[in-house]
Amino acid sequence: MSALPSDESAALDGILQRHRHDPTRLLQILIDAQDIAGWLPAPVLTRIAAGLDIPRARVEGVAGFYSFLYTRPVGRYRVLFSDNITDRMLGNAELLDALCRKLWIEPGKMSEDGLVSVTTTSCTGLCDQGPAMLVNGQAIGQLNHRRINEIAEMIRQQRPLELWPAEFFQVDDNIRLKGALLGLEMAPGEALKAAIARGPEGWLAEMQASNLRGRGGAGFATAVKWASARNAPGELKVIVCNADEGEPGTFKDRVLLNRYADLVFEGMSLAAWAVGAGEGFVYLRGEYRYLRPQLEAVLACRREAGLLGKNILGQPGFDFDIQIHLGAGAYVCGEESALIESLEGKRGTPRIRPPFPVIKGYLGRPTVVNNVETLAKTCLVALHGGADFAATGTAQSAGTKLISISGDCAMPGIYEYPFGAQISRILEDCGASDTQAIQVGGASGICLASYEFQRRIAYEDVPTAGAFMIFDGTRDLFEVARAFIHFFAHESCGFCTPCRVGTSLLKGFMDKLADGHGAKADLNDIDWIDRLLKNASHCGLGSASPNPVIDTLQKFRPAYERRLVSLDFEPAFDLDAALAEARQLTARNDPGAHLKTHEEEEEK
Amino acid sequence: MTKQFLLDGQPVPFEDGQTVLEAARAAGHYIPSLCWHKDFPPHGSCKLCVVKAAGRHVSACATPAKEGWEVESNTPEINGERRGLLQMLLVEGNHFCPSCEKSGDCELQALGYEYEVLTPRFRHFFPDRPVDASHPDVLLDFNRCIFCELCVRASRDIDGKSVFALTGRGIDKHLVVNAESGRLADTDFAKTDRAANICPVGVILHKRVGFAVPIGERTFDLATISEKTLKEGSS
Amino acid sequence: MSTLPARKLRVATASLAGCFGCHMSFLDIDEHLFELVDIIEFDRSPLTDIKEVGPCDIGIIEGGVCNSENVHVLREFRRNCKTLIALGACAVNGGLPAQRNHIPLAECLREVYQFRPGVENGQIPNDPELPLPLDKVRPIHEVVRIDYFIPGCPPSGPAIWKFLTDLIAGRTPRLTGGLLHYD
Repeated sequence: MSALPSDESAALDGILQRHRHDPTRLLQILIDAQDIAGWLPAPVLTRIAAGLDIPRARVEGVAGFYSFLYTRPVGRYRVLFSDNITDRMLGNAELLDALCRKLWIEPGKMSEDGLVSVTTTSCTGLCDQGPAMLVNGQAIGQLNHRRINEIAEMIRQQRPLELWPAEFFQVDDNIRLKGALLGLEMAPGEALKAAIARGPEGWLAEMQASNLRGRGGAGFATAVKWASARNAPGELKVIVCNADEGEPGTFKDRVLLNRYADLVFEGMSLAAWAVGAGEGFVYLRGEYRYLRPQLEAVLACRREAGLLGKNILGQPGFDFDIQIHLGAGAYVCGEESALIESLEGKRGTPRIRPPFPVIKGYLGRPTVVNNVETLAKTCLVALHGGADFAATGTAQSAGTKLISISGDCAMPGIYEYPFGAQISRILEDCGASDTQAIQVGGASGICLASYEFQRRIAYEDVPTAGAFMIFDGTRDLFEVARAFIHFFAHESCGFCTPCRVGTSLLKGFMDKLADGHGAKADLNDIDWIDRLLKNASHCGLGSASPNPVIDTLQKFRPAYERRLVSLDFEPAFDLDAALAEARQLTARNDPGAHLKTHEEEEEK
Repeated sequence: MTKQFLLDGQPVPFEDGQTVLEAARAAGHYIPSLCWHKDFPPHGSCKLCVVKAAGRHVSACATPAKEGWEVESNTPEINGERRGLLQMLLVEGNHFCPSCEKSGDCELQALGYEYEVLTPRFRHFFPDRPVDASHPDVLLDFNRCIFCELCVRASRDIDGKSVFALTGRGIDKHLVVNAESGRLADTDFAKTDRAANICPVGVILHKRVGFAVPIGERTFDLATISEKTLKEGSS
Repeated sequence: MSTLPARKLRVATASLAGCFGCHMSFLDIDEHLFELVDIIEFDRSPLTDIKEVGPCDIGIIEGGVCNSENVHVLREFRRNCKTLIALGACAVNGGLPAQRNHIPLAECLREVYQFRPGVENGQIPNDPELPLPLDKVRPIHEVVRIDYFIPGCPPSGPAIWKFLTDLIAGRTPRLTGGLLHYD
C-alpha cells in the first residue's frame, strides 16, 4: 500500500469518522475525499476501503462509475461545459474551443501544470440560461465570449472561485407563469398541520381523492405508492426525494429546490406521515451541489421549528428527519432502483424488479421514491383537499404541471399549466415562432412535429417529466437526435448487453452519417439496434434511448436521407484515415498512399 | 392442481416463486443464458433469456412465472433478437476463437452455434485491455469479458474474497481486481476458488492446461449448449 | 446435384490478410471437386493464376483487410461478383492478423523493420509500389457489403461443400449439425 501525505491522511480519517465508517456512505465519502486533492489517487481508495472494512475493488468499482469522481488527476480548475442540445444550439462548442485556445490546452486533457482541465458534461439543468458550465461544481450560465475571456484570465491568475464576480454564479429562476403551486404562499408546517389533523389514514384518503400522479414522468399514482409502502412489512420506512433531475432540458426541480425548498421538504414530511417513515433522503444530483448549503439551512430552520426531528408538531411518535445525499454525475440514478443502489453507496445499476422499492428499497426497507415536484404538490392536497386538487387538469391527469421551456423561444423558463394544456398554446405563451419540432420529456421523451401541436400535455396524450425543448425552422433534427444519442451512450450504466453495446453502436452510426459516410444499409442497422434496445434493455433508460432516433426517422427522415452518400453500402470506418498513421511513418503522400472512402471516386 | 403457463404453445408447470427460465428448463425447454447460474440469484445482464410474456419482453431468468401466461421464446422474432445480442457481444470484445484456450468450452461460442451466428455483423470495437499474467496459476484476458459478473459474485458470495469488481461505466465498463497495483498476483486469489472456475468465456484461464483436450472431445464438440443444459437440468 | 444450372457458374476467389488455409480447406472437398468443376468455372483465383477478376456469379474472399491493396481487391470483387462470400475466421472478424490491433502500427513496423535482432540500419519501407498498412486489421464486412459468411479457422471441407451446394441449388445456405464452428 502506498503511503499518503500525513495531512491528507488526517483529512481522510476525519471524513471517514464523520461518516461513521459506514459503507453505505461510500459515495458521500468519495465525494468528500475528492475535495482533498481534487481527485482520488489509488492510495486514497485503498485507505477508504480499509477504513470501511470493505474490499478495495468495490471502492474502485464505485469511484469508476460516477462522472464527477476522478481516479486520474484533473485540473485544480475543473471546467465542464454543459452539452445539452440547447447548449449546442447556443454555441457551446465554439466557446469551449475559445477557452481551450486561451488556456493553451486540449479539451479533455489536463494542462501540464495541473492548473486546469476543460471538457463537456451532460445537461447541467441551466437550459433557460445557457450556454452553461460548472467550474469546480459551481454553475455559471449565460456564457459568451466576453465571459469566457474573463474566466480564462481568472484561471490564469489562479483566482479562487470565491473571488470571481458574484454575478457569474447567479442562477435565475425564470418563473414565467405561475399556477396553483408556484403561486402558493404557505407558512412552513401549515400543510403538515392539516394532514396531522386528518390522521394518517384520513390524509392518505385525501391523497387518494386527489389523483395526484408522479411528476417524474412515469405517472404512477402517488397515493398507491404510499399505501403500498405503508402496508409493506418492516418497521423502518424511508422517503426519498428524487432530485436527480438529469433528463436533458429539465430544470423545474432546480427552481423548486432554489425557491420552494420548504414545500419540497414539507411534502417529504407529508409522505412520512402517511407511510409511517422515519428516515428521509434528498438525492441531489451532483450538478446541483451548489444548492446544498441553502437546502441545509432550510432543513436547519425546519428542525428548529419542530417540523423535523422527534415528535413533529407535538405529535407523539411522529419522528422524521431528512438528509441530503449527493449524486456525482450519473443520469441513470434518476431511475428509482438505481437511485437506491447509489444511496446505499454502490454503483448506480438498476435493480431487478420485483421486488419494487415500496416493498424492498433502501437497505431492504419499504421505500417511497417521489419526484421533487410530486412532493411539493402534496402540500396543495393537504391544504385544500384532494377534491380541490383533482378539479384542475383532465380526468386522468389531475392538477398542474411544471414545464421547463428552453430552445428557440423568446422567454425560456418555468411555466405552470393545468394538465390538458395544448402544445400550440404553450408555444405561443413562450414566444416561439417558426417552430419545426419540440422535444417533450427530454431525451427519452417524444419528438413532436408541427402537425402534432394540437396535442395536449397529459399522461394520456403527451406525458412529460417537464422538459420542453423548442427547435425552429433553422434547426437540423438529425443533429438533435445525434446529441441525444451521445447523451445516452455516455450515460448508459453498462449493465445489460443491449444498452451497453447498442447505445455505442448507435452513436457510431449517427456519427458516421454526420461525417458524410452514411449509406442506406446503415439506416437498416439503426432500425435493428433501435429494436434491440427497445425490447431487450434492462431498464427504462435503455428502452427509451432509441426514442430520439425512432421519432426523427419517422418524422424528419429527409434529415437522415440527405446525409447518405450511398443508397447501398459505405465502409464502417474512414478508409483514408486508417492509412494516415502509415503515411506518417513512411513520409508518403503519393496517390497510392490514399484510399477514396467512396468507391465510385476510385473508378476513374 | 399445479399452476402452468404456455411456452410456445406447450404447457409448462411451475411452483410459486419459480422463474420462467427455471420452470421452462425443468420441463425440458431450453431458454438460453450467459449470466444466469443455478447457484446464484438472477442477474439479468446478458439478456439472452429474453422472452415475450403476455406480449411484453422480459428476462426469463428474473421473471416469476405466472399462471396462464403465454410466453414466446423459440420463435424467429425472439431468436433473431438473441442473435443480435450475441453479435453485440462478439463485436464488443476480442473474440478470436482459433487462438483462445476456451474454444470448444466457451458458452458465448456455443450460443453462437446454437443461434447460427455466422457474422458479427456490426463494426468491431477491438478493445485494448491489457492482459494480466501476474498470477502464478491463472491468466486474465479482459478483452473477452462479457460482464456477466459470475466471477464477481462467486468470489464475493462463495469464496468470501471479493477478488473481482466492475468499474467504469457504459462501454468503458471493465473488470478490476482487488489490489492497488491492479495485479491478480497481489490478491488472495487461488486457482481452486470458485471464481477461478466459473467464467463462461475465456477471461479467467488456468495456466499450463490450455489446449489439453483435443478438438472433437471438448464440451461443445460433444453436445450443443441446449442439449448440455437440459441434460444437466434433469440430472 | 439434381438440377444443373443452364450454364457454368463463374467463381472467383482471393486471399487477403489470410494464410491460404481456407483455400486449402476448399481443396479438402476432395472428390466433390470433380462435381464442382462440372457446374462452375474459375475466374481469378490462386487456383487459376488469372490476375484480374471479371464478371462472376460468386466471389469467395479469405482473409481480413490489412492494407490498401486488400481494399482494392475486395472492391474489385464486390463490383464483379453477384454474390460475395466471406470465407473463414479472418474474413469474418479479422482473425489472427487482427490480434495486432492492440499494438500501435508504428510499434509493429518498427519492431519488424528496425529493432528486430539482426536488422541493422533498418528502415520502414516507403516504396510507392508497396501498399500501406491500415491502422487496424478489419473484417471484410466493414469495407464492402458481404452476402454470406462461412466462419471457421478454417471452415471444414464439408462445411464449404454444404454451403456452396446450398447456394448453387438456390437454397439459403445454412451451417448446422457441427458444420458451424469458429475455430
